[in-house]
Amino acid sequence: MIRICLAGNPNCGKTTLFNSLTGSSAHVGNWPGVTVEKREGTYKKLEEKIDIIDLPGIYSMSPYTPEEVVSRNYILDENPDCVINIVDATNLERNLYLTTQLLEIDVPVVVALNMIDLLKKNKETIDLKSLEKMLGVKVVEISALKEEGLDNLMKIAYQESKNTRKGFTVLEKSEVGSLVLKAFNELKKTDIKSPLFHAVKLVENDEIEVHDHIEVHELIENIKNNLPKDDFEGDYEAIIANERYEYISRNFKHTFVRFDEGLTISDKIDKVLTHKIFAIPIFLLIMFILFHLTFSEDLLGLNAIFNLEISQEWLINLFTGMKYEKMIEEGIATLSGIPSPGVFLQNWMGFVTGSLIDIFSSFMPEGTVITSLIIDGILTGIDAIFSFIPQVLLLYLFVSILEDSGYMARVAFIMDRAFRRFGLSGKAFIPLLMGFGCSVPAMLATKTLEDERERDVTIRVTPFFSCGAKAPIWTLLAAVVMGKFLGDIFVFSIYVLGIVVAIVAAIIMKAFSKNYEVPPFIMELPQYHAPQFKNLMAHLWEKLKHFLYKASTIIMAAIVAIWLLSNFSFKFWEGMVDDIELSILAKIAKIVRYIFYPLGFGMGSDGWKYTAATFTGLIAKEDVVGTMAQLGLIEGTINLSNAAIYSFAAYNLFTLPCFAAVSTAKSESSKKGFIKTLIWWISLSYIVSLIIYWLFTLIETILWLGILVLSILIISVIVLGVFVSSKRRLKA
Amino acid sequence: MEKNLSEFKIGEKGIIRKVDALGKIKRRLFDMGITPGATIMLKKVSPLGDPIEVTIRGYELSLRRDEASSVIVEAL
Repeated sequence: MIRICLAGNPNCGKTTLFNSLTGSSAHVGNWPGVTVEKREGTYKKLEEKIDIIDLPGIYSMSPYTPEEVVSRNYILDENPDCVINIVDATNLERNLYLTTQLLEIDVPVVVALNMIDLLKKNKETIDLKSLEKMLGVKVVEISALKEEGLDNLMKIAYQESKNTRKGFTVLEKSEVGSLVLKAFNELKKTDIKSPLFHAVKLVENDEIEVHDHIEVHELIENIKNNLPKDDFEGDYEAIIANERYEYISRNFKHTFVRFDEGLTISDKIDKVLTHKIFAIPIFLLIMFILFHLTFSEDLLGLNAIFNLEISQEWLINLFTGMKYEKMIEEGIATLSGIPSPGVFLQNWMGFVTGSLIDIFSSFMPEGTVITSLIIDGILTGIDAIFSFIPQVLLLYLFVSILEDSGYMARVAFIMDRAFRRFGLSGKAFIPLLMGFGCSVPAMLATKTLEDERERDVTIRVTPFFSCGAKAPIWTLLAAVVMGKFLGDIFVFSIYVLGIVVAIVAAIIMKAFSKNYEVPPFIMELPQYHAPQFKNLMAHLWEKLKHFLYKASTIIMAAIVAIWLLSNFSFKFWEGMVDDIELSILAKIAKIVRYIFYPLGFGMGSDGWKYTAATFTGLIAKEDVVGTMAQLGLIEGTINLSNAAIYSFAAYNLFTLPCFAAVSTAKSESSKKGFIKTLIWWISLSYIVSLIIYWLFTLIETILWLGILVLSILIISVIVLGVFVSSKRRLKA
Repeated sequence: MEKNLSEFKIGEKGIIRKVDALGKIKRRLFDMGITPGATIMLKKVSPLGDPIEVTIRGYELSLRRDEASSVIVEAL
């Protein structure tokens, strides 16, 4: 099969082109060894099927970012039959810079001049003939957005893929031309592919090339040393970058499009969105709206303002007799007002899974193991996961809109300074804020962060921003244990604790990571544009597919495992146990709880129950409350100290999040990073809870503090005394 | 008059004379079009004072003051 790859700058319309060419055949994975997305699909409109590979968006073929390395290795080593270089016609100057590098590789290249519709709208034209002449390859006008010229592009790329092409460099006639030629001739003697590309990189002192061709490198260095130093002081990287840009502006100046020098629409939007004073409030407002649309049970506060009890009835009546009456009613019936789209969809999803459980229960024999496995195990598990899918997707959709429209880059621009001191960039703010809603879309949103380490760190602290599913734990503890008066302060303090620990954790990780350097923040602020519906849906569909796959495999297996543990005793041949107290889970919890002794909540006769609750919390954090109720912790008297309760809350906040979030963390972090993340969650939750428990206990019994300090002092004086005297004796 | 880019005021224009950065950052600056000879304008400063936004080669680029201080520009 013919393989054609797409290469181009970020924001040049590459993804839109890819989606238009491949349609539903696209599938997404990762490039081996890195967390850079790899998209692959098939183009079927020609006699031969064409495999299309979407390379990550890059500005250059330097070997510094994972995206650049992936693209470089693919084009150089995997021998694609043709490279389509997508070029934004409205910004030729910077886009052609990459083109000049691609041309140096021995591979057929077709330049796709994108956004040609925008040019036409502004009555601009580009001289195709002169472009083709100067670049030496075919240039095709397209509009990926309007799907114009795509078939023509593919026809030409297909023809070109049958040919071979020798590399060409725009540096030929420049001052480094002879040096490049020298290196080229040396490299040609070896059997290396694309000698010209490597020759230029050698002259540039590219790390990879110098390492691979040390002899040619020394030869070139000798020649360089004998050359007179010029303005650039022998900085060949600067000379070559400059020569490329020079060549572009010398030959294509007339083709550069500068829309009337005044303010563009993008500038006008930016005037407001990155305004000195309003930028941050507007950003917070946008985030609030996203949350409101996803999680609010009372859309726009309509219920609170207008007392919508009646209107809701009216609303239900409105749909009576309609085809989807039941579905709409289910979405709003349980609420006191008009819900947000997120809550509406969530209720509706609950209705679907609930009905499924009802249907199954109605015809399955009661009390058998199989019935329980399907109803209490699998279906209840599906219910737990599916109930939050609508909100996950909705939040993810909003993030994709922010990303595609160009606003995300502005968020980074606005917030960068505040986050840099924690070793993160401004972009990390969005995933972290989303953590308050749900960790799953928050972790998905880390794909907008370029730096791998930053992604890992952000994923690691995301669950500390207490998500919606954890809220019932806090409210339960607040109401039952702390009493009404202290309840709100308790809940509030948990949220604050999460944020504080997240910040401290990020700083600690920054301090402890070896040869850490703040990733550079040299980033294009792309023009704003309306997000493409097709792209958004493709994004969502990919994530949904991936999530459903995970849900039906790993997550489901984990859920069934917990079901087994909590419904069977070690004598499993005797059938299911009536009382969870007799289950394997209880047995394990009764042993494991000793680990939680130092944290306070493992102590006492109910200690194992709290331990068991933290286990079941892995399915979904709401299950912590569910298990506590099942084990009679809610009605019964709580015999834990306030310190232990607080430590229990902290433990659940910081430990492993639910299986759905853990599996998302796995797919979004680097391989090494994920293992560290698991260890990090387990150990950090333990340490923080330990500190909280003892700190609170000490405060509660301040008297003991004095005694403790005094005894520590006495002991250390004794130890020191013994140590010093023994040392003296040794010397003597 | 030559000064570094981080000392520019909003709206100020100049021609890049030299890029004093090292390794990865220098390469990235070059790749993004910040090369000697190019015209550059400081367009905006982030609400918190850092990073800054410049217009270069017909597009908008944001970079931190740290990185901008290595770009020596002759003000116009």
